Amino acid sequence: MTIIDLANPSRFLAFTARVLPWLVAATVCAFAVGLYLAALAPDDYQQGATVKIMFIHVPNAWLAMFCWTVMTVAALGTLVWRHPLADVAAKAAAPLGAAFTFLCLLTGSLWGRPMWGTYWVWDGRLTSVLVLFLMYLGVLALWRTVEDPSRAARAVAILTLVGAINLPIIKFSVDWWATLHQPASVLRLGGPTIHRSILVPLLVMGLAFMLLFLTLHLAAMRNEILRRRVRTLRLMQAQAGA
Amino acid sequence: MTNVAALLMRDMRLAVRLGGGAPIGVLFFLIVVTLMPFALGPDLALLRRIGPAILWLGALLASLLALDRLFAADHEDGSLDLILMSRLPLEVTVAVKALAHWLTTGLPLVIAVPVLALFLDLEPRAMAAVALTLLVGTPALTCIGAMGAALAVTLRRGGLILAVLVLPLTIPVLIFGVAAANAAVVGPMPFGPPFTILCALSLISFVIGPFAAAAALRHGLD
Amino acid sequence: MILDLGPYAGFIVVAYAAALAVVAALIAWIVADHRAQQRTLKDLEARGIGRRSAAKEVA
Repeated sequence: MTIIDLANPSRFLAFTARVLPWLVAATVCAFAVGLYLAALAPDDYQQGATVKIMFIHVPNAWLAMFCWTVMTVAALGTLVWRHPLADVAAKAAAPLGAAFTFLCLLTGSLWGRPMWGTYWVWDGRLTSVLVLFLMYLGVLALWRTVEDPSRAARAVAILTLVGAINLPIIKFSVDWWATLHQPASVLRLGGPTIHRSILVPLLVMGLAFMLLFLTLHLAAMRNEILRRRVRTLRLMQAQAGA
Repeated sequence: MTNVAALLMRDMRLAVRLGGGAPIGVLFFLIVVTLMPFALGPDLALLRRIGPAILWLGALLASLLALDRLFAADHEDGSLDLILMSRLPLEVTVAVKALAHWLTTGLPLVIAVPVLALFLDLEPRAMAAVALTLLVGTPALTCIGAMGAALAVTLRRGGLILAVLVLPLTIPVLIFGVAAANAAVVGPMPFGPPFTILCALSLISFVIGPFAAAAALRHGLD
Repeated sequence: MILDLGPYAGFIVVAYAAALAVVAALIAWIVADHRAQQRTLKDLEARGIGRRSAAKEVA
């Protein structure tokens, strides 16, 4: 079965029903292993045990950017190839991306309090993620404001693409601004290189969160397809005057 | 008169009339700059130090306010559909409208800077730096905003969502605009690098803005 | 398994708890949404408003 076959919503739903249980199992296993390794990980010489927060903070940062990438590919699918499931994929990814970005900010803030003594610091990385969060909220707002689903999808697609182009520019600008105002060096993760005993749990947790995203995304896409069916049926019902 | 010139003159004439938004933009700029001392206190030393930032923020917000009218007014009376049907490529149309918008809304802000700089006790060097950076930066704000205006054109009360969508994208322009303005005054950082980057950002926005806005209008109005 | 989380144990615990809460909320929302859509679809079908392809399968 090729990607093109999946374009048919009914076939996609059947595919989802088969794949989802396996994804859920894989996610649970990955988290079990990841959390176990995270618990066992040694303390960092600079940060102590709070390095364990990183095992949540960094994967969520990766997911925050990965979700926007997924939305960007979906946006191209909507505007260029008119792939029928592209709209659904984009809409399903947006709240997930916003949630992971929020978690990244929250855990970053909780990490920062022991590290820098304050819950918020306008350093380059946290500030860039905050701007990304604002852009996710903008996308969510646009989804809710335009009523017609296909028109909403095209509007959001344009916004997503412009956002994707701007994100490197924003990251560069914010980093530049941060060094301008904070000549002191920012703490780096555990020194010049990350030791394997910290890297391995980090990668496993990264994999676990990625599997979590895939599971949630597939399930959310399924819901969105069902929602569109409901809408179509209701429109038919209204037109029939029933 | 060519198509482009005709569209340009039409937009400028409409903007300058009462209710067109051009005089209001400068007035809003003035009010925002006046509000700042009420919040920050009248200490001139403080105001002088953050003066460039205040002027930039005021100009940014004033630009945003006027963007609502870029397409909405034409959409309301149906002339947007006629403009879309013209032989001009839509990207060119958007660029011309953005130019008209900047000439009637952005440029007056730049011209207002010397007057407002007096309220913030800025020395002539600072005033000139702010004016120059705004001259280069406000076109970028207009172009980025044009995309937001196009996305929001069919929405009622689109003004607020326009701001939410556009403001994060204007952050780089704000960063480098203020940095360049401050560099000219405070030193020791040179004025050149941030100013050059600001120019680059503007040039990039001249391309991305009209293309994105044209795409948004095409997809949003069928 | 007793972990020594050091002097900042509270922050670590809150971070993990918050992550758990957000993920749990996402899962709950998706599951509830799924149930709601299924219910609505069944409801519409019961009222005789079916999809064209479903009708074709029957006929």
